[in-house]
Formats: sequence, C-alpha cells, structure tokens
Amino acid sequence: MPKILMSGNDAIAEGALRAGCSFYAGYPITPQNELTAYMANNMQKRGGVFIQAEAEVAAINMVFGASAAGARSMTSSSSPGISLKQEGISYIAGAELPAVIVNIMRGGPGLGNIAPSQSDYFQATRSGGHGDYHCIVLAPASVQEGYDLTCLAFNLADKYRAPAIILGDGMLGQMMEPLELKNQSPKPKAKPWALTGCAGRKANVVKSFYLKEGDLEKLNLKLQKKYKEITAKEQRWEELFLDDARVVLVAYGSMARIARAAVKTLRGKGRRVGLVRPISLWPFPKKAFTRPKNKYLVVEMSYGQMLEDVQLALCGKAKVEFLGRSGGGVPSEEEIILKINKIYNG
Amino acid sequence: MPRITINRDKCKGCLLCVSACPQGLIVVEEGFNLRGVKPVKFKSGGKCAGCALCALMCPDCCIEVYK
Amino acid sequence: MDRIYSHPQSLRDVPTHYCPGCGHGLAHRLIAEAVDELSLREQVIAVAPVGCAVIAYDYWDFDCSEAAHGRALAVATGIKRVRPQNIVFTYQGDGDLAAIGTNETIHAANRGENLTVFFINNAVYGMTGGQMAPTTLLNQKTSTTPEGRNAQFQGYPLKISEMLALLPGVKYIERVSLGSAQDITKTKKAIKKAFTNQIEGVGFSLVEMLSPCPTYWGLSPCESLDWIKNIMAKEFPLGVIK
Repeated sequence: MPKILMSGNDAIAEGALRAGCSFYAGYPITPQNELTAYMANNMQKRGGVFIQAEAEVAAINMVFGASAAGARSMTSSSSPGISLKQEGISYIAGAELPAVIVNIMRGGPGLGNIAPSQSDYFQATRSGGHGDYHCIVLAPASVQEGYDLTCLAFNLADKYRAPAIILGDGMLGQMMEPLELKNQSPKPKAKPWALTGCAGRKANVVKSFYLKEGDLEKLNLKLQKKYKEITAKEQRWEELFLDDARVVLVAYGSMARIARAAVKTLRGKGRRVGLVRPISLWPFPKKAFTRPKNKYLVVEMSYGQMLEDVQLALCGKAKVEFLGRSGGGVPSEEEIILKINKIYNG
Repeated sequence: MPRITINRDKCKGCLLCVSACPQGLIVVEEGFNLRGVKPVKFKSGGKCAGCALCALMCPDCCIEVYK
Repeated sequence: MDRIYSHPQSLRDVPTHYCPGCGHGLAHRLIAEAVDELSLREQVIAVAPVGCAVIAYDYWDFDCSEAAHGRALAVATGIKRVRPQNIVFTYQGDGDLAAIGTNETIHAANRGENLTVFFINNAVYGMTGGQMAPTTLLNQKTSTTPEGRNAQFQGYPLKISEMLALLPGVKYIERVSLGSAQDITKTKKAIKKAFTNQIEGVGFSLVEMLSPCPTYWGLSPCESLDWIKNIMAKEFPLGVIK
C-alpha cells in the first residue's frame, strides 16, 4: 500500500474519520489546531458533523450529547484546554458514554508554553476530574500509530462504554511521517441505551446522578468491575531486547523514539540495554515488568509521573532510576546514554 | 352534574385549587394524608361547572375532572 | 360522563419531590401535555438541568439526558446535530441558563440551533437553599443577599431573554407566567409554538416562564402567584419578545 506524508494531528483526525467518527467539536489551541482544521475540511464531506465550539467546556459537553444520541464522537485539545474539559469527562465516565478525547500535550503548569511535554500523565491516568473513574489512555509514538490507535480508542470506548484518551504531545502532533492508510476495522457496538426517541421501547435516560441510598455505590462498583476487566485485558506495550537486557529503558510517546535511538546506539557498543514502551498508559502495562533483576531507567518529558507506575509495577523489587525534563526541555539521546552508562557501571 | 376527583395522597396542600374554584367547592380536610399534610377535598352537592380551573392550577397533577 | 382533565401520558404518575406550590410541577405537566397533543412522545429527547429539576427524567416518560450545570444547550446541540429527526428541548433554571451556562446559552442561540428551550425563572437558586440568582430582583432577600439585592454590589436582574432576542439566530422568544389560570393557558400555547417551530425547522425558540418558588420567597403558594403578577412581572414584562 502506498504511503502518504502526514502530520500526527492530521493522522489522528483521518484515523478517527475512518473509524466511523461522525461528530467532532473542538476549540482552537496550539499545538493541536491542525486536527480541528482537518475535521473542518473533511467531516462534513463524509456526512458527519463538525462544530467549532464556543469553549472547551462546550465542546466536551457537545460530545456528551452526540455520544448520548449514539454517534461516535470526539474532541481534541491541548493541556490547558483538557483541564477545562475535566468536568465533562467525569460526566461521560459517570454516564458510561463512549467518547474519544485527544490531548496533544504542551508545557505547563498554567498557560505554560507550546513546546512538547508529557506532564499531563497524572491527569490522564488518575482520572483528571472528580470521582472514582478512569479513562482508557493510549499513547502513540509515531504518526502511523496516531492513526492506528485512534481507531482502537473508538473500539475500546464503545466496547467498555468509557471515555478513551489519545495522549500525544506537540512533537508527535506536528511532525510529518509517511503514513499507510490501512483499512481500519471499526467495531461499533449496538447502543440500545442511546437516546433516539422512545418509539417501541421504554424511555432511556442518560445520567450520572444517583440520589437514592446505595444507588451511587452500585454504579461505582459496576465501574470498578469494568476497570478490572480493562486492566486484565487491555494492557499494551512494545518491548525491545528484554531477553538479555541488564538495564531497561521505559519511555512512551515521542520520548520513546529518543529512548529507542539511545538503545540502538548502546547496543552497537555492546551494552545490554532494552526498552519497554507502554502503549496503553491506563491500564498501565504492569505485565511488561516481570524482570526484577534488571535495572530500570524511566525517561519522561516531565519530572516523574509515569515513574510512579513503573515503581508500583515493580513493587520495590528493582532499582528504578529517572531522567526527566519538562517546560520545553527534552532529554536528549546523549543525556540518556550518559545516564545509562552510569547505571550500567554502577 | 360535573365532578372532580382528588388524589388524596399526592396532594401537597398548596391550596392553589382552593382559590381557583369559582364556586368554592374545594376545602381542606381535617385529617392528614400519607405525606403528613392536610389534603383538599371536593365538597359534593355544590354546583361544579366542570371548568377545570382547579386541575389547571394543580402543580402536582392530583385532580381529574369529569363532565 | 367524560373525563375532561387528566394526567398526560408523557408524565409519569408519581409524586414529585417539589415543594407545595412549586412551579416546576406545572411546567412539567404543560410540557408533557404539549408533547402528547403534538404526538411527539416517541420523538422527543429532553435535556434536564442541574437545579431543582435535576431529576425531571424521573417524571417525564420519554428519552432524557442529564447535563452538567449550565451545559444543557451544548448537550442538546450534540444530540440534535446527530439526530435532526428528533425533537430536542432543554429545561433550565435561571442559574443554569443565565449564570453558569450563559456562554452555552448565547452561543447555541447565536448558531441558530433548531432547538426548543424552556427557561424557568423563579429568581432564586432553589436546589441549593435560595441563594441569589442572576434574575433575583433588586431588594429581594435571599440567603446570599440577606439585606436584599443591592445593585451597587450585586448588579441588576439579568434579562437574558431580551439579550438573546438581539441575535439573528433566535427566531422566537416569549415570556409567560405560571401565576394565574389565564397565564397558564397562554404558557401552554407558547410551549406548543416553541415545539412547532422546531418541527417546522424555524430555529431557536425559547419560552421563559416566571415561576413560583414559595419556599425561598417566604410566601404561601397563593401569595407567590400574587408576587409574580404584582412585582416580578413588572421587572420581567410578559409577552412575545421576538
């Protein structure tokens, strides 16, 4: 299949359209604007609905409505905008609606800057808004994967009736790479719960509000059961040279590309170095951390967020080192190699 | 003769129907209903015209009108 | 003998949680009657607010969605755009529509969404204990304006219907009242018109209802109706605004 050159933002949008996404609402914010523009250019032509919303808050609530009415729906934004959407995401989780939310992360806190960053990991994987809930979080590391994982995000969101987040960063969103427009396999589920008008059935209600004693606890237990199933079935990761590795690098998204380059350089010098690249950040791929004899180095564009999940996965049985920069700084291949050499020798 | 029925246990005793009835045919009961309020009742034997103003004013849909 | 007034099919026969004399029960019933009379029950999708009417979906017997506080018109936009064949309406209080949700309200109206909005104006936040609403009258005492609303510190009652009427996307706005039998009859007519507009694709239609809150006005239900007529309707004049 021939390849075309595309940016990460465009590839995610195209992936969504081919996954059957028929509703998109978004609001301008850098560095994800190309995604919104791509939807503006293409959604209507393919029979879907594009709305430039008046605010991030409105956009996520439009997605709530479209999803409640049964459509595959998506919004995208970047860090500060995603903070604004948290209320809506919590409602989507509480009402058990499927939806896809794309966060092309930029520097924070506050208005931060527009440089690539990975400092929204906690927000994405710990729930972000109020209440006991989780979003499925997928982290693409290439333009191709942005395209592929978006379809998976829609399928998982539908399957589990839960919000799914594509967690990218400014580097991934803006970079251009050859992309193979593979046939997607959207697997939309029947939605008998959707609001379509009550002809021939009892009235449906989409809600997250449970006042009667015990009812909310029941909902929460149901959610927890679902999260347990997701945790068991949906861990995804890529691993490289783990069989003989003494030091294992752990990185996701754009950061994993640099980590991979470091691993290859070190392998060329005979260093037994491996890589674990989490693809699902929630559920975190604990199953990839079964070698407590290794030493681990977590590398992030943050000051240590995924680090906590790696430590939890290893339960203190292995030594875990950390290298991270944030606010525009990106750990370089040289910095990683320097750190690995220290660990390797120490 | 037109008449009304009142759902005694749904009545919250707001009395909007009492002031709506042009014939003064709705009065407050002495006893309490299941909600713990004194509900209203229809005074039979009066000249109910079946105007349905009482039902129109009732916020709790307690009144049915027959004509 | 025929039954000439009874329970509408679209309203479940259950007691509501509303206080005695509350206008929500009336508004729910009038909407349910209009839905039945226009044969919309199997087509309609309602969006309930956050506020006293938060569980309106327990009372209406047709498809309903909740919405986060103030977001009803964003949720309704999402529903209507993907299911234009359905009749979608929001039911919102003054705090929901004219304070926390002002942005969603203005922009849904400005986009000219083909939606129907029922706006319950009772000049207080009822659900949370009678705080000042955007529509609270000057000098009106609430739990957060214990000395009465003072324009110097709390500004003026917000006339959002008049503001919305300025927008070209808005096709119909009428302010009605639940304060008397005659007004209730007019309210029902306005509700039906707002639905009919959507059926005919006319566009954004809003019915503002001045509605009694005896509990937080500190008045009896009957006094509350007088207060609407004699005081509230002076600040919020009734009639077709657009």
